[in-house]
Amino acid sequence: MGALIPIERHGIIGDGRSAALVAEDGTVDWLCWPRFDSQACFASLLGDGGGAWSLHPVGGWRARQRYLTDTNVLRTTFSRPEGEVTVTDLMPVASEEEERRLLLPEHELIRIVECTRGEAEVETRVRLAPGFGTQPTVHRQRSWGGYCVETRTGAFFIRADTPLHWDQGGVHARFTVRAGERIHLSLIWSPEGPAVLPPVREGSEAALERTSQFWRSWVSAAQYAGPYQEAVRRSALALKLLQYPPSGAFLAAATTSLPERMGGSLNWDYRFCWLRDSAFTARCLYGLGYRDEADAFVYWLMHTTVLTQPRLAVLYDVYGNAPRPERLLPQLEGYGGSSPVRVGNAADGQLQLDLHGEVIDAVCAQVHSGGSLDGESRRMLVEFGDLVMRQWQQPDASLWEYRTAPQHHTHAKVLCWTALDGLLRLHQRGLLPRLDANAIGRAREEIAAAVRSQAVDVRSDTYVSTFGGDAPDAALLLLPWYGFEPASSPRMRATTARVLRELGAPGGLLYRNPVLRAEGDGAFLACSFWGVECLADGGGTLEEAERWFQRLLAHASPLGLYAEEVDPGSGHALGNFPQAFSHVGLISAALAIEERRRQAPLRSWVQPEVRA
Amino acid sequence: MNWGSWLLWGFVATLVLTLALVASQELRLTRVNLPYVLGTMFTPHRAKAKVLGALVHLLNGYGFSLLYVATFESWGAAGWWRGAAIGLVHSIGVLVLAMPLLPGIHPRMATEHAGPTMHRQLEPPGFLALHYGRRTPLSIVLAHLLFGAVLGLFYRV
Repeated sequence: MGALIPIERHGIIGDGRSAALVAEDGTVDWLCWPRFDSQACFASLLGDGGGAWSLHPVGGWRARQRYLTDTNVLRTTFSRPEGEVTVTDLMPVASEEEERRLLLPEHELIRIVECTRGEAEVETRVRLAPGFGTQPTVHRQRSWGGYCVETRTGAFFIRADTPLHWDQGGVHARFTVRAGERIHLSLIWSPEGPAVLPPVREGSEAALERTSQFWRSWVSAAQYAGPYQEAVRRSALALKLLQYPPSGAFLAAATTSLPERMGGSLNWDYRFCWLRDSAFTARCLYGLGYRDEADAFVYWLMHTTVLTQPRLAVLYDVYGNAPRPERLLPQLEGYGGSSPVRVGNAADGQLQLDLHGEVIDAVCAQVHSGGSLDGESRRMLVEFGDLVMRQWQQPDASLWEYRTAPQHHTHAKVLCWTALDGLLRLHQRGLLPRLDANAIGRAREEIAAAVRSQAVDVRSDTYVSTFGGDAPDAALLLLPWYGFEPASSPRMRATTARVLRELGAPGGLLYRNPVLRAEGDGAFLACSFWGVECLADGGGTLEEAERWFQRLLAHASPLGLYAEEVDPGSGHALGNFPQAFSHVGLISAALAIEERRRQAPLRSWVQPEVRA
Repeated sequence: MNWGSWLLWGFVATLVLTLALVASQELRLTRVNLPYVLGTMFTPHRAKAKVLGALVHLLNGYGFSLLYVATFESWGAAGWWRGAAIGLVHSIGVLVLAMPLLPGIHPRMATEHAGPTMHRQLEPPGFLALHYGRRTPLSIVLAHLLFGAVLGLFYRV
């Protein structure tokens, strides 16, 4: 295996159907087609047999990556004293109007090499490994140049405006570029014929223009005007890359099996939609003014989960189906030897009591933002309420998805309270006339009483992780977020202070809880941002919140991206990448800070008593 | 000429042909999507092209079934094997004559010699439509054999 490139030294590009990771050395080492959760054709990130597309100048060059301003078009610059070469990577996207007007490939990855100074010899090698390296392929040279690689499920077309050769099981080229010259390379995947194959040079330039314009136009609609624009916009762009527009769903991350612990076995497939993330994602999208995306997402929540309702599964695929059963890929050794590599996810079988609260909170955010509820949604919400009343007293696996014996987790109980509280608020607005408000109200008070009597450590007067326990948990920072208790209350302030003190890691980071910390868990970025939000909402001063937020910004990758966790010792990213939950946390914290600064509500759904 | 029988079984035979081609695609025998090929003659929009192409394909089916029926009438007899025989000739015509000519009449299809341009970006079919998969000829022949057999079996002379 080649030198291991840290997770955070990757950029992501995508087109709303799939995404690719491009390492700092110019190698595309992750790409699944046609969908995020399809089998990968490039997966060398997880092992040598996974396939990759390398593209870089020959010899020793210093590389750095950046995005073209306000886009998801990635530019890797290779430089040394005698020259400079850039590689611009994109997966083309188009507006609806352009899709009506133009013939466009369904799936394409474009790479444009440009010499900006001096001269350079550039080498590229495309080593396709469809089906995580398990699908047989047949290649043919095409009369116009380039190669067609046929697989069982479709055909790849590798083309360039420079000669390509078949060599050692892949396409290879070595060419010289001089200052001002541009070479274009294209990889297209087409499941059906005839494939759309634009002319490489003109097609790539037009796609670059179109794609840059698309992203700039999209991000310009963000309504955040605070001092952290760059971070917020990058997070919004990363989040948008993880949306699957045909259904409105958001994925947790673009990858599988990037380890939560280097060399360990905590390697999960995150290319699915966790309902847990739904309230955070919806609030964040409404907060930024992305109403279309938010409405589509809430619609997805309510309607594509219909097969399991009123029960909700932990996760779904982009069309609301259960993920494939978890299986191992022994042909891949794993990132940095962290095996096994998994596809599919087994977390689906767990009881996690917080899910209904998350979904109902997302619906409340939609309604507070001016949305309405159709008859079917009203009926489902009433059924959700009945189910929550029946099951809130059961132990569960918690939001951290423990695979040990279920317990009574405080966060889960509070989310049951959130679910019922949200339903009552909708009822008060006249949207749920058939809700048994008296029964729901009684159950809500019972849950609140149970939490306040069984989930409090009397000595420190702080909330604790489990009923009858005494340990803190970073998830408790969310109690104000859900409206259970104001961040400025004495008990919540004490809880926040305890979490920060006992779960704090260097650099403003937080561990999730003492148990996971003892097991070698990294610092969890979303929790760290929840801490900022808690301070901004009244748990601390504005200055404290900002200072902490700025420390967390320092943990972003050079491109402003976040994985799920950070190893506080080495500073390296851990877990799947980039992670929607972390970016949603950043945006939410930035909105909370801005709201505190302006003393004006930006998050219309947050109840007044929760604000500072 | 039995017009009622033609209307009914021409439609059924076209449906069977279409299903056979869809099945060939799903079974990975070929990548070709004929409605898409036909629809992109009129619009570049992928989804609309497939709908429009399906309608054109239905009309085409009716048009060709008229030729089959006329042949049955001239023979004074139908039958599944007679229909399949015409289907075989038809499929050879599609593969050997129509497919190579397609880039000449399709406004959005590139040619073998000139390659793609900004206006002509669809991959040409190549000899025997082999560019759409090595088993494309097999699926096209089978689909047309079925088309002819169904028409021959049920059409009443």
